[in-house]
Amino acid sequence: MSVVLEQIFQVGFLAAIIRIATPLAFATLGEMFSERAGVLNLGIEGIMLLSAMTGFTATSLSGSLWLGVLAAVLTGALMGAVHALFTVALGLSQHVCGIGVTLFSSGLAYFLYRLIFGQQSVPPSIKSFETLPIPVLSDIPVLGPAVFNQFSLVYMAMAAVPLAAFVLYRTPWGLSVRMVGENPRAADSAGVGVIATRFQAVVLGGALMGLAGAFLSMVQFNAFTFGLVSGRGWVAIALVVFGRWDPWRSAGAALLFAFVDALQLRMQASGLGHIPYEAFLMLPFIFTIVAMAVMSRNAIAPSALLKPFRREER
Amino acid sequence: MPAPLIEMRGISKRFGAVVANEAVDLSVAPGEILGLLGENGAGKTTLMNVLFGAYAPDAGEILVQGRPVTINSSADALAAGIGMVHQHFHLAPRLSVLENLLIGIPGKSGRIDRAGGLARLAEIGRQHGLTLDPGLPVSALSIGEQQRLEIVKALFRGARLLILDEPTAVLAPTEVDGLFSALRSMAAQGLGIIFISHKLNEVRALTHRCVVLRHGRVTGRVDAPASTTSSEMAQLMCGHEIVPPARGPSTPGAAVLTLDGISTSRHSGMALRDVSLFVRAGEILGIAGVSGNGQRALAEVISGVLAPDVGRMTIAGKVVSRFSPCEVQALGLGRIPEDRMTTGLVTNLPLADSMVLPRIGTAAFSRNGLLRPDAIRAFAEAQIKAYDIRCPGPMTRAGALSGGNLQKALLARELAFDPKVLVVSQPTRGLDIGAARFVHEKFLDMRARGCGIVVIGEDLEELLMFCDRITVMYEGRIVGTLDSADATIARLGLMMTGAEGHS
Ligand SMILES: Nc1ncnc2c1ncn2[C@@H]1O[C@H](COP(=O)(O)OP(=O)(O)O)[C@@H](O)[C@H]1O
Ligand SMILES: [Mg+2]
Repeated sequence: MSVVLEQIFQVGFLAAIIRIATPLAFATLGEMFSERAGVLNLGIEGIMLLSAMTGFTATSLSGSLWLGVLAAVLTGALMGAVHALFTVALGLSQHVCGIGVTLFSSGLAYFLYRLIFGQQSVPPSIKSFETLPIPVLSDIPVLGPAVFNQFSLVYMAMAAVPLAAFVLYRTPWGLSVRMVGENPRAADSAGVGVIATRFQAVVLGGALMGLAGAFLSMVQFNAFTFGLVSGRGWVAIALVVFGRWDPWRSAGAALLFAFVDALQLRMQASGLGHIPYEAFLMLPFIFTIVAMAVMSRNAIAPSALLKPFRREER
Repeated sequence: MPAPLIEMRGISKRFGAVVANEAVDLSVAPGEILGLLGENGAGKTTLMNVLFGAYAPDAGEILVQGRPVTINSSADALAAGIGMVHQHFHLAPRLSVLENLLIGIPGKSGRIDRAGGLARLAEIGRQHGLTLDPGLPVSALSIGEQQRLEIVKALFRGARLLILDEPTAVLAPTEVDGLFSALRSMAAQGLGIIFISHKLNEVRALTHRCVVLRHGRVTGRVDAPASTTSSEMAQLMCGHEIVPPARGPSTPGAAVLTLDGISTSRHSGMALRDVSLFVRAGEILGIAGVSGNGQRALAEVISGVLAPDVGRMTIAGKVVSRFSPCEVQALGLGRIPEDRMTTGLVTNLPLADSMVLPRIGTAAFSRNGLLRPDAIRAFAEAQIKAYDIRCPGPMTRAGALSGGNLQKALLARELAFDPKVLVVSQPTRGLDIGAARFVHEKFLDMRARGCGIVVIGEDLEELLMFCDRITVMYEGRIVGTLDSADATIARLGLMMTGAEGHS
C-alpha cells in the first residue's frame, strides 16, 4: 500500500493539480461573474470548446501563441455577447439560450475545424507554451517547482482570483454587478444601467471561459480534439455553487476538484490495475455530486438569478 | 410663494386599455410637503413613476425649476434632483447598508469610496435624525429602518425633491412619528416632498397642500389640509360620501374558537406564552398590539400552520389535534393572512386557481382526482361579480391585481364557504377608504350571520370601530381584554406597552 501511496504523491503531483485547476479556475470565475449579475450561462461548455478551437487554429496558422490566446478570449467574449443578447437584452429563457449556445458553439467548432484542417490521419498539433520559472521563488523546495515553474497562463489564473475578488467587492462596477444580480430594480432606481451591467458581466465571463478553452488546447493538450472539454464546463457550473459565488471559494473549489482528479489519474497509473480505470474516472464527478449536496444546502444563489429584467413590469 | 421646484403638466399614461393618468398637472415648491391622495388604482404610483423616469409618459411635460427636462430613466431623475422611496423597497437584502447606499455612485480612483460614504451617512443622520448602522446587511433591518435607508439613499444622491409612495402603510404608529419629524426637518431645509397616503389624518397632520386623483384625473386640490375635514377629502377621493358602517348590538352565542394555555417555541418571531382566549359566534374580537408581539404566531396557530408545544384549541366545540391547515379548515375556519402576496394567493397563477386553492380537493372543484376547470372558472366569475373585483377576468394573473382587489378576492374565497370562525390579519393594510369600508361591512355581515371573527391589527381606531372586545398582546402574552365600550385609545395604548389592564 505504501508503494502505491508513494507513487501517487510523487514530485509532480502538486504541479498536476495546479495544471488541472487552471482551466477550471478560469471557467469558474467566468461563470461566477455571469451568475453574480443574474445570468446563468449554460453556454460555457460550448464556449470553451469553440474558444479552444479558434485559439488553436490562430496559433497553428500564425505561429504565435499569444495571438491564439487573444483569438480564444475574443471568441469567448463574442459568444458571451450572443448569450447576453438573447437573455439580457431580449429577456429570453436563460436555460434554453444557454443550451442553444453550447450546441451552436460545439457544432461550429467541429465544422470550422474540419473546414480548416480537413481529415488528417495524424491530428495537427502546435508547439505549446513553455514553462516560465519565476526566479528565486521557483527554488523553494517542493513548492517552487510545482507552483512557480509553470506556464504564463497558470500565473494569469493565479492573478485572476484576487483580481476578480477586488473587482467584485471593491469597485463600483463590481457592486453594480452584485446589485443587478440581487435586485435589478434597486440598481435601476439608483441609476445603474441593469441591461448594460449584465451585458458586461456576461461578456467578461465569456472572455474568461475563452481563456479556459485556450489553456486546454494550447497548454494541456497542444492539439484540438472534439472531446477536449469533456464536461469541464458543466463542472465549473457546479463549482460556482460549491464556491458560493465567491471568487476565493470558487478557486478553492477548483483546486479541490483538481486534487481529486489528479489523484484518480495517479491511481489509474498505479498498481491498482485490477480495478477498471473507468471507476477512477468517476471519482472527481462523485466528489462533485457529494460536495454539491453537502455545500449547496446553505448556499444562497443571487436572488435575481434567471430572472430577466423589464422595466414596466410589475 | 417661491417658484416651483418641479412641475408636471398634462401628464397622461396608459397601460393598454387602462388609463392610469390623464392630463395631470402638479407642482411642488421648495420646502413644501405636497400630499397626493387617491384610492387604490387612482394612478398615484404611476404618476410618480413617470416623474422618476421609470415609465415614459404618453403625453405631457416635466419642468425642473422652470426648465423643461426629459426624464427617461431613474438616472435622469436623480440627476435632476428627484429621489423616490418606492412602496416596495428597492434594496438588496443580502448586501450591506453601505453597499446599498453606494450603488451607482462613482468610486474614488477606481474603488468604492467607503470612507466618503460613511462620512455622508453620518452627516445625513445628524441632520435629520436618520441614523443607520452601515455594516449591517439590509435583511437585518426592520421595515422602518429599511425605509430610512431608502430616504437616506435619495438624500445621498442630492435629491431636492423626495417622493414617498405610501411610506406609512408599513410602519407601526411610533415609527410614523419618527418619519414625520424627519420629513418636517427636510422640508424646513428647503426640500420639496411628495407624500402619498390614503390615511387622511396623516395627510392632514403633515402636508401643506394636497392633490386628489380619481381614475387617473385630478379631481380636487386642497390648499389647507389641516382645516379640511377628513370626510370632505374622502368625498373628493371616492366621488361620493363615505358613511361609517353601522354596528348593531352584539348577541354572541356559544364559543366557536377557544385557545387554552397555548405556548409555542419554534417560531422565527415572538413565541406565544400561555395564551388563552375565546371568540363567540356573532362577535368580533380584536387583537391589538405593536407588531412583533406574537401576533403572527397567534395567527399561525389558529390557522393550523404552527403547532403549539402545549395548550388546547377548539373550533366549533371540536378539539384541534393535528394542527394542519386542512384540519382547521375542515372544522370551519377561514383565514385571511397578513401577506396577501406570499401566503394569500399564488401570484403567478390565474386568479381563479388561487381562489379555489384551499378547497381544490373538495367535490366542488375536483372529481376522481381531476380538476373541474369549468366549475373553478364559474366559481371565480361569480365571486368577481359579487365582490366587484376589478380585473380583466378570472384567468388574470393574481399578482397583477391591486391590493384592494386582492383583499376582496381573499374575502370572497373564504366567505363563500360560510366559515364558523374567521381569522384576519391586518385586514385593511394598504387599502383605501372605500375598499376598507367594504371589508368592514363584510365583517359586520358575517357577524350578523353568526360567524366568530378574530381581527389582528395595529390601527386602534379601526379596531375600536367594529370590534366587540379587544385583547391586547405584549411579548407573546395576553395583557388583558376590554369590552369595546370600556376601551379607549389611551387605555389600549398603555396596555400595548405591557402595563396590566383589567379583564
Ligand atoms: N405596470 C403596469 N401594467 C399594467 N397596468 C398597470 C401597471 N401599473 C399600474 N397599472 C394600472 O394603472 C392603474 C393605476 O395604478 P397605480 O398607479 O398603481 O395606482 P395607485 O398607486 O394610485 O394605487 C391601475 O388600474 C393599475 O392596475
Ligand atoms: Mg400605489
